[in-house]
Amino acid sequence: MITREPTPVTGPLSALAHAFGEIGRAGILAFQSVLLLPVTLFRWRSRRELVSQMYQAGIKSLPIISVVALFTGMILALQVGLELRRYNQEIYIGSAVMVSLLREMGPFMTGIVLTACVGSSMAAQLGTMTVNEEIAALEMMAINPVRFLMAPRMGAMLFMTPLLSFYTCVLGVIGGGVVGFTQLSVPWRQYIKTAVDFADTRDLYVGLLKALVFAVIITTVACYEGFTTTRGAVGVGQATRRSVISSLLLILMTGYIITRMFYDL
Amino acid sequence: MIRFEHVTKTFGDQNVLDDLSFELHKGEIFHIVGPSGAGKSVTLKHMVRLLSPTSGSVWLGDREINAADGRELEELREHFGYLFQSAALLGWMTVGENIALPLREKTKLSEDEIEGKVRSALKMVGLEDAGEKYPSEISGGMQKRAGLARAIVRDPEIVLYDEPTSGLDPMTSRTIDRLIRDLNERLGITSVVVTHDLYSSFLTATRIAMLSRGKFIELGTPEQFAASTHPEVRGFLDAQGVGAGAIAPHLTARP
Repeated sequence: MITREPTPVTGPLSALAHAFGEIGRAGILAFQSVLLLPVTLFRWRSRRELVSQMYQAGIKSLPIISVVALFTGMILALQVGLELRRYNQEIYIGSAVMVSLLREMGPFMTGIVLTACVGSSMAAQLGTMTVNEEIAALEMMAINPVRFLMAPRMGAMLFMTPLLSFYTCVLGVIGGGVVGFTQLSVPWRQYIKTAVDFADTRDLYVGLLKALVFAVIITTVACYEGFTTTRGAVGVGQATRRSVISSLLLILMTGYIITRMFYDL
Repeated sequence: MIRFEHVTKTFGDQNVLDDLSFELHKGEIFHIVGPSGAGKSVTLKHMVRLLSPTSGSVWLGDREINAADGRELEELREHFGYLFQSAALLGWMTVGENIALPLREKTKLSEDEIEGKVRSALKMVGLEDAGEKYPSEISGGMQKRAGLARAIVRDPEIVLYDEPTSGLDPMTSRTIDRLIRDLNERLGITSVVVTHDLYSSFLTATRIAMLSRGKFIELGTPEQFAASTHPEVRGFLDAQGVGAGAIAPHLTARP
């Protein structure tokens, strides 16, 4: 049952219980939407919605992701290159750019862009549907909003985020190469060689794992905020804002935790 | 059919429903009237567990609605159609797709059968030409009628109407009244209508209840309601120009 009454917060203990309750309910929502993914894949109408969400999350984000990826690679190459040049080691910028993009910056920048572009739009759309009683109408038709609305979004994000993250890495490496070649005089061949030599398959897997986790975070937070929106247009704005802030913070924290889990000091 | 047993509902420190008990009978058109904020929509939402009572219970036959969850609640809700105040049509679907939605999602009917049912539902509410339009392209009254078509397309036993005539012109309001009455007479649908519009109540209701401070202060047939001596009921009747002398024309004008 998605439509529920807001619980009043009366003091610090009640606020704490409320916060834990929210985390728990969001977790259940994430679990349910992943469990309902096979239904989304087997029903053609749900598949149509899944494809539409893939287009919204993936294809429509491509222009902004491309710009962000290219400039992230260029900034990384420039900053690292300037330092390495002091020791005449600028030929190694390829490895620095590749490793930092694969492990951290690729999924992180993708997560940020998707939070801003896709997560906010999801929260606003579902929030508007909630205040317009469309979610209650779905429940009254005995249609599960998690299956009907959230599962296709979760599926689309789980599919598109790793792809976009990999795309960010590739474009970032190219951007770094452009800076290396034009401003640090590092030959392309040398740049690519050091980039490939120093990258480990584990870096790629860890990056893709992060992308998957970020997809779950963005979708869950956005849908939870949307489903729990109250108080009309103001409420929709607040839900969208909360969704963006919570997703960004969670992406930052889980990014660190995953890195710490896979790389020993 | 639907039974409220000592239902109390509080929001924070505000008591919206106060030990409310009543029973709806099969096939009747039950109107709940009262001033804004009296708890009319809250009462309606308790019937389908969009809200749950703080204490007391709501029953559909021998099944307690507020104790149902998951699959059981879905199954209970399939007995109901619900016309929301805002019609609550999905904005990215056409009117036809909105009406077809419960059939596509919850039945195994073929596309041809679904199209046939959608067409006859659209015809019933007088929207034969609006099937391909989006909700934003039609008027508020048409949206209400489309919402009604969606609410009845699966032949529910009970239809709940939340302010079906609010914000509509008198002509469209009477069309909706006629539809409610037709559905009741032709299909035997039990209707619960929440409204401010006493004119509409006298035209269609079999019983009228007035809610004030969480309780029904009057409950009876339109004739009994019109003859009420309760000062609040009298005030409500007078405010809408439906005094004792004015009631007879309303009752004889029933569609």
